[in-house]
This record gives sequence, C-alpha cells and structure tokens, in this order.
Amino acid sequence: MSHGDVEVAALTPPIVARSSATSALGAAALALERDLLLAFRHPSQLVQPLAFFAMVTLLFPLALSPEPARLREVAPGVLWTAALLASLLALEFLFRDDAHDGTLEQYALSGQSLTTLLFAKIAAHWVLTGVPLTLMAPLAALSLGASPSALPGIFAAVLIGSVTLSLIGSIGAALTLGIKRSGALLSLLTLPLALPVLIFGARATQLAMSGGPVVAPLELLGALAVLGTTLAPLAAAAAVRISLE
Amino acid sequence: MPEGPLEVEDLSVWRGERHVLRGIGFSVAGGQGLKLTGPNGAGKTTLLRSIAGLTYAEQGQVRWRGVDVRRDLRAFHASSAYLGHEPPLKPDLTARENLRYWVGNRRRVASRELGAALQRVGVETCAEQPVRTLSAGQRRRVALAGLTLLALPLWLLDEPTTHLDMDGQQLVGQLIAEQLARGGIALAALHHPLPGTLSAVPTLELAA
Repeated sequence: MSHGDVEVAALTPPIVARSSATSALGAAALALERDLLLAFRHPSQLVQPLAFFAMVTLLFPLALSPEPARLREVAPGVLWTAALLASLLALEFLFRDDAHDGTLEQYALSGQSLTTLLFAKIAAHWVLTGVPLTLMAPLAALSLGASPSALPGIFAAVLIGSVTLSLIGSIGAALTLGIKRSGALLSLLTLPLALPVLIFGARATQLAMSGGPVVAPLELLGALAVLGTTLAPLAAAAAVRISLE
Repeated sequence: MPEGPLEVEDLSVWRGERHVLRGIGFSVAGGQGLKLTGPNGAGKTTLLRSIAGLTYAEQGQVRWRGVDVRRDLRAFHASSAYLGHEPPLKPDLTARENLRYWVGNRRRVASRELGAALQRVGVETCAEQPVRTLSAGQRRRVALAGLTLLALPLWLLDEPTTHLDMDGQQLVGQLIAEQLARGGIALAALHHPLPGTLSAVPTLELAA
C-alpha cells in the first residue's frame, strides 16, 4: 500500500497523547454543562412537571374543602404524592433524547466511566426538576394550610427527597430505554422503589406541620439519598449498556 | 509510529435464531485500512458494533495491541472512535457546541482547533447554527470534523459517505488516507468505492 502521494494537512491533529485526555471530573462537568444548556434551549419540557405539581396541590383545597383543619390533615400525603408523580413525569426526558441521537452510545464508547457521566446527567436532571420542585413545595404547603413555621422542615424534606427520586428514577428510565411508549412501565418500575421516600417525606412534613421534631425522618431521607447516590448511577449505567446492544 | 494492531479472530454473532456473523477473522496493522463490503443485511454494522464492544459476540475474540479488548474495554474505547449511521449530534446545539461537548468529553480541545476542523470539512459558514437547520450532508461533515478532532488510532466507520456529495466523498477518502499515513487504522463499511488513493486498501466481503 502506498500513501506517498497523500499530504497530511497541518490541521489534522496527530494521534492524541494520553496527557491531553479529559479527566473523569472534567468529562462529568462538561456533560452537566451540556444538559443545562440544552434545557435552557428547550424550557417547555421543564414546565410540564412543575405545572402538574402546582395544579394538583392547588386543586385539592378547591375539591376537598376549604376548611384548614381538614386540609392540614391530608396536606403531607397530597404534597408528596404530587411531588412523586411530578418527578415521574420529568423522568421520561432524562435519557430519551440522548439515546435517540447517539449521545449515550458515544458516552459508552468514550473510554470515560459511564457511571460518572450518567451521574452528571442525573445531577443536571435534579437541578432542572428537583430544585424547582423544592422551591415550589413550601408555597404549595401554604395553600394546603401549613403554618409558616413548618416551611423550613418541608423545604428540607423535599430537597433531600427529590435527590433520591431523581436517582431512583434514573434506573427506571434507563431500563425502559428500548421500549416505545414506556410511560406506564416506567411508573410500575419506579414507584415501588420510591415508596420509602414517600413515606418518610410525608412523615417529616406531618411532623413539621404539627411542630414535632423532624430530624429523624430527615435523617432517614438523607440515608436513602446516600444509598441512591452510590448505587443508582451504577445500575443505570448497566441498564444503558444493555439498551445499546 | 504505527498503532495497533487490531486482530479479529473467529468472530460469530447470533441475532436470535439468525447467525449474522460466522467466523470472521482478519488482522489490520497500523497504517492499514480495511473496507467492509457486502449486500444489505450482510452484517457490516454488526461487525463494527461488535468490534467496538457495543454488540456482544457469542464467540471469538477482538485483540487490540495483542490484548483481548474485553479485558479492559475502557482502555480500548479510549483509543477507538466509532461513527454510526447517524451523526451523534444534538439538533438544538450548534455545530461548534456539539463538537465542544463530544470531543471535549475525551480530550481537551481548543476553540481554535474546533474552528479549523469545521473549516477543513467545509461547514465553517454554519458553525454557529443549530444542527437541526443543517442538511444531512452538512451534519455528516460536522461528524467527520469531530472524528478528526478525536485524533484516535482506530476508526470504526459505518457508511461514512452517506448523504455526502462527490466533494464530500473525496473528503472522506482524504481523511482516511491521512489517518493511515500517520500510522492509524481505519475500518469502514462502504457501499460505494472510495475515491482516489484508497483503491489499494484491502476489502473484506461479507456474504449475505
């Protein structure tokens, strides 16, 4: 074979040296930045789950009874059920577009840790869906009859709980990647795993509203978040690899 | 410095009941290329995907620098670039942003380099447009710019000339020739003969 007549253009870089390779942290930061940028180009996807959350928590007082005592009784359950379902709505967007346009494939073949890259994606997803939900939850609690003194506890519970919801949801979203119209299956897979968050979150909210000590359920929520942080990205990465086969 | 070699030994892939690849074996050393040809459904894509480690091969071995790639898939991925049917680009990001994230994921890349690569493949005028507004051929050119920027020793290309005009096909031939000239390896599934200097590259014909 002769390539003597081929002139190598100066623009073509030489084969890359290991020293210029992107670090795992750098790659994760880029993945995070990219997802945030994409979300700001397409904000409509983010509004939908939030609107759902706002509607449910605002419609309940109208439908049930405007009586504060009665509302306060159901408030924790309503708040957390709405938060759980809203986070489920947001999950569909987590990996779908990236699977469709080959981004996940390139991530899997990048030589970087897929777990780390997916963790960055989940973090971006939480910033875009969990954080707005956390900011909205105290307002929703007010409309359900919570006193202002209960709001810090509720805020903390939703803040920690939404982290776990994003993490757990990522496993379900990754497992259902190859399936068309995966919404129902996604809920079926994710909801049972999310039950502890629902239970402890509602408990923390209930205690906060009755003026009791919220530390214990918050600690349990924190433990769940730590468990999710360590395990969920690994499981999601394994599921993504299978979906690429 | 020549890279590789890439050795494929007795590779077999089943899809359900269908035996898609049957005992494929070849060896490509640094500075060499290999064209994969064959009718639709012959398994060109499957072969490339199983070399890349995306599709599981039930039997056989792929060796890179003499080591079974399954022993350290990430190290192998760090030296190989796979370009599939569809350019891996985000429609809502501009061509430049796409390359920044795609290439940046693997190596540090300067903005000047991005501009130079986009100019090289002839899409510098639409570098700041969202990729969704580009034609299929322009998108393919952006993907080729990314491929050269990755600057990796092993290229696995699935139909790299799809949607490209004559000039674009020349470009693919030229890029592959450069890859070989600097000691790299290129495997390409092709329907059309590559133009120019690459007529000497050996061909592996897959039967349907």
